[in-house]
Amino acid sequence: MSIHLTDKEAEIRESRLGSITNFRGGARELCMKSQAGTLVNEERRFTQCTSCSSTTAVCQLSMIQDAAVVNHAPLGCAGDFSSFNFTNRNGQVKRGMKLQNAHLLSSNLRERDMIYGGAERLKTALREARDRFAPRAIFITASCSSGIIGDDLESIASEAEPGLGVPVVPIHCEGFRSGVWATGFDAAYHGILSKIVKPAQNKRQDLVQIVNFWGSDIFTNLLGRIGLKVNYLVPFATIEQLEHLSEAAAIAQICPTLGTYLGVGLEQDFGVPEVKAPPPYGIAGTDAWLRALGRVVKREKQVEALITEEKIRIGPELDKLREQLAGHSGFVGAGAGHGHGILCLLQDLGLKVAGACVWHHDPCLDSGDPEADSLSHLVNNYGDMPFGVCNKQSFEMANMLHHLHPDIFIVRHHGMAVWGAKLGIPTFLMGDEHFAVGYQGLLNYGHKIADTIANPAFINNLASHSRLPYKPWWFDSDLDAFPGGEWF
Amino acid sequence: MNTVVEQPRHFCALAAQQTVLAIERAIPLVHAGPGCSAKLFSALSFCNGFQGSGYCGGNAIPCTNTGEKEVVFGGEERLRQLIKGALKLMDGDLFVVLTGCTADLIGDNGGQVVNEFAREGIPIVFAETGGFKGSSYDGHELVLEAIIQQYLNPARSINPKQVNVWASVPYQDPFWSGNLETLKQLLQGLGLEVNILFGHNSGGAAAWKAIPAAAFNLLVSPWVGVRIMKLLQEKFGTPYLHYPGLPIGARETSQFLRAAAAFAGVDSHGVEGFIHVQEQRFYHYLERAADFLLEFRYDLPGRFFVAADAFYTLAVSRFLVNELGLIPGHQFITDETPDEHRPSIISQLADLAPGIGTSVTFTPDGGIIAREMKDYPHQQLPLLIGSSWDRDLAAGLKGYTLSLCPPITDKLVLDRSYAGYSGGLRLIEDIYSAVLERNEQT
Repeated sequence: MSIHLTDKEAEIRESRLGSITNFRGGARELCMKSQAGTLVNEERRFTQCTSCSSTTAVCQLSMIQDAAVVNHAPLGCAGDFSSFNFTNRNGQVKRGMKLQNAHLLSSNLRERDMIYGGAERLKTALREARDRFAPRAIFITASCSSGIIGDDLESIASEAEPGLGVPVVPIHCEGFRSGVWATGFDAAYHGILSKIVKPAQNKRQDLVQIVNFWGSDIFTNLLGRIGLKVNYLVPFATIEQLEHLSEAAAIAQICPTLGTYLGVGLEQDFGVPEVKAPPPYGIAGTDAWLRALGRVVKREKQVEALITEEKIRIGPELDKLREQLAGHSGFVGAGAGHGHGILCLLQDLGLKVAGACVWHHDPCLDSGDPEADSLSHLVNNYGDMPFGVCNKQSFEMANMLHHLHPDIFIVRHHGMAVWGAKLGIPTFLMGDEHFAVGYQGLLNYGHKIADTIANPAFINNLASHSRLPYKPWWFDSDLDAFPGGEWF
Repeated sequence: MNTVVEQPRHFCALAAQQTVLAIERAIPLVHAGPGCSAKLFSALSFCNGFQGSGYCGGNAIPCTNTGEKEVVFGGEERLRQLIKGALKLMDGDLFVVLTGCTADLIGDNGGQVVNEFAREGIPIVFAETGGFKGSSYDGHELVLEAIIQQYLNPARSINPKQVNVWASVPYQDPFWSGNLETLKQLLQGLGLEVNILFGHNSGGAAAWKAIPAAAFNLLVSPWVGVRIMKLLQEKFGTPYLHYPGLPIGARETSQFLRAAAAFAGVDSHGVEGFIHVQEQRFYHYLERAADFLLEFRYDLPGRFFVAADAFYTLAVSRFLVNELGLIPGHQFITDETPDEHRPSIISQLADLAPGIGTSVTFTPDGGIIAREMKDYPHQQLPLLIGSSWDRDLAAGLKGYTLSLCPPITDKLVLDRSYAGYSGGLRLIEDIYSAVLERNEQT
């Protein structure tokens, strides 16, 4: 596929994968159109604010424990620093690491720099980053401004590198370049793959790299039972760990939307096989993920034993939860791969899917392998369901939630939960992406859902004392009557 | 301000979106890149005491999410579409179009597009708030200016009791909402009709329309808003009282009330009666703290250090010196105070009480704050009043810390206020609760 580590930047998802951010219909239809290559991304005429690639790039880079990030941008672009620092500190405490603020610096571009260029400002910021943080590598994250004024990050980085004595890695995550913020993950991985990872000296047959965000450590125990060791990427890793990525026996994804670029890059250029499987959520997904991993690391028998043991272990509790949750319906709003996984899991728990919305859709992943196609996995195993692609357009979500009125709304992204709750729908955001992983994940989620539904007092209070910022006609309208948002 | 910034405590001019959100039923329409609004929401609302999306904030903010197409071909048509859609869909009384870096750099004429709608009588105004143009504070002033210039008309008659109060920068000050409610209650105690313009029950667009009818404007802030007061005086002839700091505690608040009453021409006898009741209550509770403050056997903080905007650095320093008898160490002002306002702030800090003053560093850069704090010759445990960024720094100095300015990720802020008589008591509770909490942990 089109991953070229010698290029200065990762190609954006729209052109690399044909990714879209607008679709309404059924999951099966989306699947078929993806495979036939007939998806068209109809642009919305009215939109609400989304995220951008620079946030997703910083999401992956800011928690590398011994690196620094220089955000080459006006100060508002550093608005995500405090949130990632919060996540960083929370994760450090959980992992027993040294508690310290993330190493983040803004070059603080101002009006003058828009005229004369920001190169000097960036050079100063790079020196300051070295002096303040003594980092093992410095990442430069680009911004809309630095991109438009044409600052040449490559030459500034390569000129600065010898004097600074550490790799200086430009990350092309200018917000305007892509309407799919997941592009920022690819931009960060492109930098890591092209400038940090080294060819393997020793291959380790027992080591699996897991691409994740900041989920709690459940894989050490789970995969330890089949003799594997686990390393998590990229948050909370060190530069040294990243340098040695190539030594692993396999690289696996908990969300293929997140790690598709890193997985393929590592396989293609460093010979680490990627585990091609749907995400390990729900029974069929976990079966497939573990078996695919077992094949890559040649532990098929151990994997089968693990699957059997785990299913026996969770069986009675799962039956009880299914009984408790039967008849309830759920709506999921999440990133694509993760969302597909949660939809599988809900149906394993006996809930009915009222509908779903994912933030974008990749018609294929970088590997092009159908085994890793999480939407096909969902449709093939669980059938069709109402499905939308919507980059966090909360007015559309509110319309859908109002009409479908599910018993529970499950969100995986900041800033969405409150709109469901104000409509009186019991809602939760799951911040720990590993909470749903594996067979235990079914039980975790089942209990969480049951608890959320059990006492709706807070939700009811919210619903009766707040209102959404839309005119009443919007809630009387069926979103499907406005293809492409043609309602004005 | 030509400096890199580590640990930012304010953001760019587009932070003005949060000022708009603080006006009841006002809706910001943002013509900017795809991540700007979300980042500013995260910085100023979520990671700043978890203040919430409010009516139309967070992911509800209409935004053009400008992309490559607009960068190449221009984004005016996209903005026009956004406005049309918002007018159809969003239930609001005042629409404020704000631009980000992208729109300003590619040279979109947003003002002209907005005019097309304003001409038809739609309540819509426009401000150029491209991030590179300035700080959160600048953006706040740009929005106030835009609304005043484009939305307000001269009053038919002046209401002799009405005062418009301008104080905290909404959301940037995590306690803005409680502070404004407190100032309102205090001034109502003088018999004034108080227009606070932002926050719960502040009246929304109608309250803004009523600005020119006020007898006077009251600015409670060292420098933010000074040029807005001048604008209102010039445009509507409204006089203003510039009270240079948030009053915290009895001494400051009584002084504030006397100044406001004198300016408003309120009968001083009634004012003194009101002040007397409030002061008695304040000192009753302060006395309750005496046993603890005088007899606590472990380490109470020695010198205090405030790292905040001029608004809080001045107010907190005055309160701690004059009400609790604490001694200042060194202070930091992070808000990029314009040069012309610095001499007055420096001299106010140099003369907090007879024989007691403090030096100050103006910097938005947490790295410089950390360096100077480490270099300071600490002889006792310091008290550092700053943000959640400063927790490690304070711990490294074995000192105490309280988060007062962004980011605040160690506290949930609802209606808490440090203004006025009761605000002073809150601040004492919060400082010494932080001290006790740490003593309990060790």
